[in-house]
Amino acid sequence: MSDPDLSLNLCGIRLSHPILNGSGTFDAIAARRAFGEAIHERFPFSAFVSKTITPAPRAGNPPPRLFETPAGMINSIGLPNKGLNGFLAEDLPRLVELPVPLIVSVMGTSAEEFRLLVEGVAEREGVAGIELNVSCPNVKSGLIVGEEPSETLALTRALRPLTAKPLIVKLTPNVAAPAEVAQAAEQGGADGVSLVNTLKASALDPATLDPWLGAGRGGLSGPAIRPIALAQVAEVAEAVAIPVIGMGGIESGPDALAFLAAGANAVAVGSANFRDPMAGERIRRELADELRRRGLERLADLQYQGLSPGASSSST
Amino acid sequence: MAAKPSVATTGERPAAGRVLAPPGRRLAEVIENRASGGYRIFSALDRSGPEPRAGQFYMLAAADSWGAGAGRPYLPRAFSVAEARPDEGGVRLEFLVDDVGPGTARLAALGGGEGLWITGPLGRPFSFPRQLAPEAAGAILVGGGVGLAPLAIWRRELAEQGVPVRTLLGFRDREHSGGIDLFACCEVRLASEDGHAGHRGYVTDLLGVLLEGSDATSAAVYACGPPAMLEAVRAMTIDRGIAAELAMETPMACGFGACMGCAVPLAGGGYTRLCVDGPVVRADRIETAVVEGSGHR
Repeated sequence: MSDPDLSLNLCGIRLSHPILNGSGTFDAIAARRAFGEAIHERFPFSAFVSKTITPAPRAGNPPPRLFETPAGMINSIGLPNKGLNGFLAEDLPRLVELPVPLIVSVMGTSAEEFRLLVEGVAEREGVAGIELNVSCPNVKSGLIVGEEPSETLALTRALRPLTAKPLIVKLTPNVAAPAEVAQAAEQGGADGVSLVNTLKASALDPATLDPWLGAGRGGLSGPAIRPIALAQVAEVAEAVAIPVIGMGGIESGPDALAFLAAGANAVAVGSANFRDPMAGERIRRELADELRRRGLERLADLQYQGLSPGASSSST
Repeated sequence: MAAKPSVATTGERPAAGRVLAPPGRRLAEVIENRASGGYRIFSALDRSGPEPRAGQFYMLAAADSWGAGAGRPYLPRAFSVAEARPDEGGVRLEFLVDDVGPGTARLAALGGGEGLWITGPLGRPFSFPRQLAPEAAGAILVGGGVGLAPLAIWRRELAEQGVPVRTLLGFRDREHSGGIDLFACCEVRLASEDGHAGHRGYVTDLLGVLLEGSDATSAAVYACGPPAMLEAVRAMTIDRGIAAELAMETPMACGFGACMGCAVPLAGGGYTRLCVDGPVVRADRIETAVVEGSGHR
């Protein structure tokens, strides 16, 4: 049997396979410095999601920024970036050279900041889509946008008219009902949602019992959070009609298949990139093997099964 | 045979260019693991990668039992290469390890024939003295504890280029010593805090004496060791206007610029990523060599 056809249409973006990177877990420009042109010739993802851009440059949090945990890690990086103008002038020209579509992640602390970012990025050629990082407080209301359906609805509604390019809302797992936030994003006009972002997490210095991380606390990622992410992806996929990009501790083809079977249209690899820069390529290969073993010729033939018992019979 | 190394020259002089890593991790084979003082030196055969430059590092993870049991280690560990020589079937890489946590414990226990995942060579290597300062003809190497590793391969590269080298090594005590056999070929000056070998005191005491000479600026200083030692070297060399490079260490999840975890504060404000802009940095570029968090292994 030949290789299964893994291609898909994600929010209007044609992708050769469903493996993306999570924002902030792969720096395509730095990777080119370390690995040279070979990384472009064998780019491990079907689309590249940039690290999050903010209106003004940010230095990021003071170190330590990392803490390894059982089967995972806590990070508190603090979104270091060159700001919108620095990104457009220095990084974007290099990112459009990538052999795959580019999705730019942006974060503002108000609707005005988000508007500035979306307008600045969306008109650029080579930008296929925009991911909205809403895991931040709105300075006016003090509420974290992604934790409040009403805030998420208002923001997506305000940004929707600014561009015809796909808007993807990155959901936080730190809420009781992520599906309600996802529905708000859909109602506001989002083209897709991606989840999960990291889970709020802390670590103490074992000697002093002070917070280990320079910023006090951070977010947990890696296989440790995979079952939580899978449950949330299934819940969200059940609740919305727009495409879902699932992520959270995906390290293998079977992991990716589980998220796809639970309702994700595509998946993203995050912490696994840190362990192996080409993890995405391996996961894509293993996913193809999984489909072939099940006699599926196309990714599109994989039936959504959800997580409710007896919701569907086997996909084969 | 080892692949011919490709060298990035953009913005760097060719002689100081970093050797690029093949993309992705690859499996190397552990060929030896021997005791060296209180440390271990393990060697691995890299069948397909290039020969690294001194100062570059690899991300390492045992192929088996990495993260089994208690779930740590999860991430690979960054190690500067201590020596690298073409060998039958590839490049023989040597690493010096002190067992201080779950990752280093697993690496210290590697046996011959075991698989070792490696990504590298990564990062910015050492620069030759004349690249740092026109008047610098020689090199002074200052190593502390397990940090002497990258200085071993650097000493050899310098000697091959005919650069005169003076080597100063310091240890806390007998238990925290080792790796001296990486310098078996050559003369070294020792210091130990417990007085078990050489000068009783710090290796920076020995550096202080060398830097008193009127010809001090005729050599560049290269240091690798614990943060407090590096900070002392940074302050001493900046005070005296002597060119210096420090090979630093911070916690690092990826090693290739993705995770942003290895932030080191810059002298002019902001941070730099040690994995792609280091691990070798000019002493006057950074604000301090004492970066919080380097103790969690």
